[in-house]
Amino acid sequence: MTTPVSSMAVVLVGAVIGSVGSVFLKSGAHAVTRHWTSIAFNWRLGVGIGTYLLSSVLFVKGMSNGELSVLFPLVSLGYVCTLVWSRLFFHEPITKVKLYGVGLILVGITCLGLGGR
Amino acid sequence: MTPATSSSEPHAIDPAKRRQAILIVVCCTLLVAIAQYLIKLGANRLSHAGLVATTIGIFTIPPLFAGYCLYGLFTVLFVYALRNGELSVLYPLIALSYVWVTITGVVAFHEVMNPLRVTGLVVIVAGVAVLGWGGGGGE
Repeated sequence: MTTPVSSMAVVLVGAVIGSVGSVFLKSGAHAVTRHWTSIAFNWRLGVGIGTYLLSSVLFVKGMSNGELSVLFPLVSLGYVCTLVWSRLFFHEPITKVKLYGVGLILVGITCLGLGGR
Repeated sequence: MTPATSSSEPHAIDPAKRRQAILIVVCCTLLVAIAQYLIKLGANRLSHAGLVATTIGIFTIPPLFAGYCLYGLFTVLFVYALRNGELSVLYPLIALSYVWVTITGVVAFHEVMNPLRVTGLVVIVAGVAVLGWGGGGGE
């Protein structure tokens, strides 16, 4: 079984969209106060949840056709993107510890993918 | 005077709240695994259903409905945690759900466990531990 490039692209786009969604979720989270309107009219939370849903649809679509050993590592690239977005938008430093942590997670998910289902 | 409310300083988070945020996300990953288990249980009942039937099924098939509700709860808790923690630490922690989902697959759906998968689980847990314990400590 080989993995179509289209599946790889769909999963990769899903991963990137998901990581962008988390940026909106965090900026939306900081805008929440005790007043209900801060949640009901919180467009950042809306965009975050919407992109999150979209990315999960893309994952299901992409995963249905292809090898997990290829597709799983692509999913985890979303975590690497998040490191970059967090640095850009929230001035969170990219520390060695974070790189080790995300690196280990990437390797682990790759092993899971290679191990198959 | 207008109070400076928005965009609270991300580095001015006290360590106790940061630990709490990490703990919440770790619990969240368990919710994701339970949700996926329920959704898989429910989805077996509509393997050949179309879009409309699937949408109706989400509300009428109890395990599916419960699964999606848990996803909703996950989102609420995750957003709450994001208020007190760094995105670059909390988001990758969600990878822990891979561990629970794999274990659920083996226990509940009789999927096979092999050395490679065990290695994967152990390495993911190690990565999460590194992030959880060391990721919040600044430089």
